[in-house]
Amino acid sequence: MTELPLIGEAVAVAANPRLAGAKIGVVTFPGTLDDRDAARAVRLAGGTAVELWHGDTELGDVDAVVIPGGFSYGDYLRAGAIARFAPLMSKIIDAANSDAKLPVLGICNGFQILTESHLLPGSMIKNDHLKFLCRDQVLRVENNTTAWTLDYEAGQEITIPLKNQDGQYIADEKTLDALEAEGRVAFRYVGFNPNGSRRDIAGITNAAGNVVGLMPHPEHATEPGFGPESLDGIGGSDTDGLGFFTSVLTKIVGGDK
Amino acid sequence: MPRIVVDVMPKPEILDPQGKAIVGALPRLGFTSFSSVRQGKRFELTVDGEVTEEILAQARNAAETLLSNPVIEDVVNVEVVEA
Repeated sequence: MTELPLIGEAVAVAANPRLAGAKIGVVTFPGTLDDRDAARAVRLAGGTAVELWHGDTELGDVDAVVIPGGFSYGDYLRAGAIARFAPLMSKIIDAANSDAKLPVLGICNGFQILTESHLLPGSMIKNDHLKFLCRDQVLRVENNTTAWTLDYEAGQEITIPLKNQDGQYIADEKTLDALEAEGRVAFRYVGFNPNGSRRDIAGITNAAGNVVGLMPHPEHATEPGFGPESLDGIGGSDTDGLGFFTSVLTKIVGGDK
Repeated sequence: MPRIVVDVMPKPEILDPQGKAIVGALPRLGFTSFSSVRQGKRFELTVDGEVTEEILAQARNAAETLLSNPVIEDVVNVEVVEA
């Protein structure tokens, strides 16, 4: 994937050279918007980004997969419903459920695709206020033991952008209780629930901790000068989202930072 | 050509934000007799030829797997409509 740098090359700062050996696949569906940002975030964190196409029938030798945000298939039918049946998705579902436990991160529309795929429980419906909402959102990292959150402190508050219309996370009470009891609420909205999500849930993990989905966008907060802090200075930093990508890279290369 | 009609509705316990917006708009147009609105989806599956039991079973299966999401929606009706 080649792209013009915005303010410089997408080079990780003081990254461990070993991380570059870790390959993170980024899936593109028709209607995906944030694949290039996600790939750039992987490179900023020190890893190697690999383009994946929804129609591919093989996953290749990637060590993890990001399903980025956007409007796959125009959100027709339901957000994520058609993408879920793309040829590559069945490979990703098998790999995520296999003994190898392929790390998979679903962001926004990617989260919707993961719930439609039954890799994660629950579903998303329209925001309770019915409007598309774009804002810098404070989240609390509730579970820092997943493949994608190891570099955060438990309870750490981070600020990353949120932008969606179908972001209201819902599940039945039994499922919600189970998620809470098993520590599978990975992220919770802090201060303001932007969409009516049950129990302020912003993101969840599967039981094994390799599959994580969330509505806000960590890949948009990975570069100084282009994150929340540069817009309104609400107290976060520009690069609070980088930890998602350094977490999984560190896990892949074996834990050494 | 016969069609198989599939109706999908949001589950009763799930807030339907679109229905809520519609019920708010109705009185502004003078339609004051409706206390609630729920918005669902209707699918029309056209069949080339006769609708056999097998094809109807396929339609029911498609309704449960692709046309609806059982977490948030119910398939409330699957019926054959002759053209």
